[in-house]
Amino acid sequence: MYNIQHDTKDLVSHGVPACAGCGLELVMRKTMDVLGEKTIVVIPPGCSALFSGFGDETALKIPGFQGNLENSAALAAGIRAGLNVKGDKETTVLAFAGDGGTVDIGLQALSGVMERKDRVLYICYDNEAYMNTGIQGSSSTPLFASTTTTPTGKKTNRKDLLQIAIAHEIPYCASASIHNPRDFQKKVKKAKETNGPSLIHIQAPCPTGWRYEPSKTIEIAKLSVETGLWVLYEYEEGKITINYKPKQLKPIEEYLKLQGRFKRMTPEEIGQLQEETTNRYERYIKKLEGMSL
Amino acid sequence: MTYKMLDGNSAAVEAMKLAKVQVISAYPITPQSSISEKLSDLVESGELKAEYIRVESEHTALSVATTAQLTGARSATATASNGLALMHEILSMTSGNRVPIVMPVVNRGIAAPWTLWCEHGDSIAQRDTGWMQFYSQNVQEVLDLTLTTYKIAEHGDVLTPAMVCIDGFFLSHSLQKVKVPTQEEVDKFLGKYVLKNTYLDPSDPMFICNLTPPEDFTEMRYQQKVGMDNAIKVIEEVQKEFLSKFGRKLHIIEGYKTDDADVVLLAMGSMTGTAKYVVNKMRSQGKKVGIAKLTVFRPFPFEHIKNLLGDKKVIGVFDRSAGLGGQGGPVWSEVSVALKEFDIDIRSYIGGLGGRDVPADTIEKIFDELLSIQNREKDTHTQWIDLKKNAMEIREVIKHV
Repeated sequence: MYNIQHDTKDLVSHGVPACAGCGLELVMRKTMDVLGEKTIVVIPPGCSALFSGFGDETALKIPGFQGNLENSAALAAGIRAGLNVKGDKETTVLAFAGDGGTVDIGLQALSGVMERKDRVLYICYDNEAYMNTGIQGSSSTPLFASTTTTPTGKKTNRKDLLQIAIAHEIPYCASASIHNPRDFQKKVKKAKETNGPSLIHIQAPCPTGWRYEPSKTIEIAKLSVETGLWVLYEYEEGKITINYKPKQLKPIEEYLKLQGRFKRMTPEEIGQLQEETTNRYERYIKKLEGMSL
Repeated sequence: MTYKMLDGNSAAVEAMKLAKVQVISAYPITPQSSISEKLSDLVESGELKAEYIRVESEHTALSVATTAQLTGARSATATASNGLALMHEILSMTSGNRVPIVMPVVNRGIAAPWTLWCEHGDSIAQRDTGWMQFYSQNVQEVLDLTLTTYKIAEHGDVLTPAMVCIDGFFLSHSLQKVKVPTQEEVDKFLGKYVLKNTYLDPSDPMFICNLTPPEDFTEMRYQQKVGMDNAIKVIEEVQKEFLSKFGRKLHIIEGYKTDDADVVLLAMGSMTGTAKYVVNKMRSQGKKVGIAKLTVFRPFPFEHIKNLLGDKKVIGVFDRSAGLGGQGGPVWSEVSVALKEFDIDIRSYIGGLGGRDVPADTIEKIFDELLSIQNREKDTHTQWIDLKKNAMEIREVIKHV
């Protein structure tokens, strides 16, 4: 085995070359705190590969495999199958991938895992574009956000990963936000204990790609929920629980104005997005409440 | 040992069952082989104790097998043609991480145009992905090569995955009488799968396949090269042990009546059986011809080729793949380099593509050409040996008619 040179308090080493204010780093640390050392992780070559390490160093104290961009779910299924052969039911198999590796190129393999009901915990940290490769747009990039491949703002809405997961009737899936780590960790624990595929879709604000002050990661994550752009809910054995419903939605402008990626938006577009967001939020909550019946 | 009537697909399955594979992941891409459903039957019936993962693509099939094997389970998948092409990206993950998976490949052409039938273009296209490649002459060899390949691939000095190549239809779907060893015999020969070098185990954590700097990458590729180089000796040892335990001789390259031959044709796969028949026929007419049957294409056994063919004056090399843009077929190129220090006239033949049969007539025509080149009656040869005369008119699009 490789020599682990520094004792860290947790399973993730202290020094990780993530950008200052990286939302993903928080997601990784909070995840590993819950899962513990009986975990094998699959990481695709994206931002999370910073935790795989470089050369003969790794940032994780658990076994892991860095796969291809599109097959995290498949590689995790392979590990699970191998552990099943050994009768190892204890070890958690975690696939930890970004939005590009999940909702774009990784969707097929993920769908396979969800359909076959392989016991894999899949966490998609969503920084809403290909941040590691140069901020190119993904199918999770929100409407109007500018990226290097949507320079004048994205013209279409994002893909809804959780609804895709729910359509597979997997035993557990949830959305989460890094501004509420307690809620996130509760969900990770449930996912770990799920006897089948589980998926957590967590928004991971990215100061580099979203172009905001690194100190504002938590604030932005919170605003995303409070404006109704990011809805926190769980799907558990067919039952939906909406974890948080703001009494009154905050104006999306509060969220948009902090981020350079929305800077090009005209007042008309902001008005249009506000209207769409409010309508969508209301429709979505109604839909979720309908689904839980 | 028992005799069974098996086709190539079933022989591969029989070998995988005898090797006690523990995780199977397979996908029926078009064109597929029946290996996946035959394995599924064995798992369902309880004859084979394994996890069967019914995956959604060939890409996933090899991904699953690769990480499953890293946990310690001997893992299996199988593929053909376009499925192998789809696996391309993962082939390098398997080999680069030194995961010694053995995979039957039913050789079929790759679209376009669509074909379901035999040629070697699918596996030859993957020759630089760090997998060993073994080509079978008949169904018995499918079984024998598959069994021996587990032992070769998993050897600590090799740790390199391997394809056992099975000519589509000519072997995959043709029934032959095959000697099948007992489970006990195979258990003694192969033993259990033992993890070496890389593994995924929470009690002894390591991170596999992270980003590797230029300072290390060359050396890690070199380690693979050394694994390939070592394989030659290990193949010899394993084939020797196989002969002593099972009584059947396998080869890296087999010279059939090559010793005194005036001209030799080198070929791979099922056509070598036909070629041996042609050799016997032509010998009875007093024509001194021989066939070199190349079983191992990766690692390329250049020393064996030099020893077998270094004293020849005229050699033909039959490629069952087009080698587009090359001076000749891919096997021809490699043979030419292996024999570069000798003064040998080496001719490239291309044929048997997309299911075109390679009958005795075709091989006889090649031998006759080689003999007339050797006698200096003729200098040119017909590289695309089985090409129709009206090749350029096939599906020619004539506009404005």
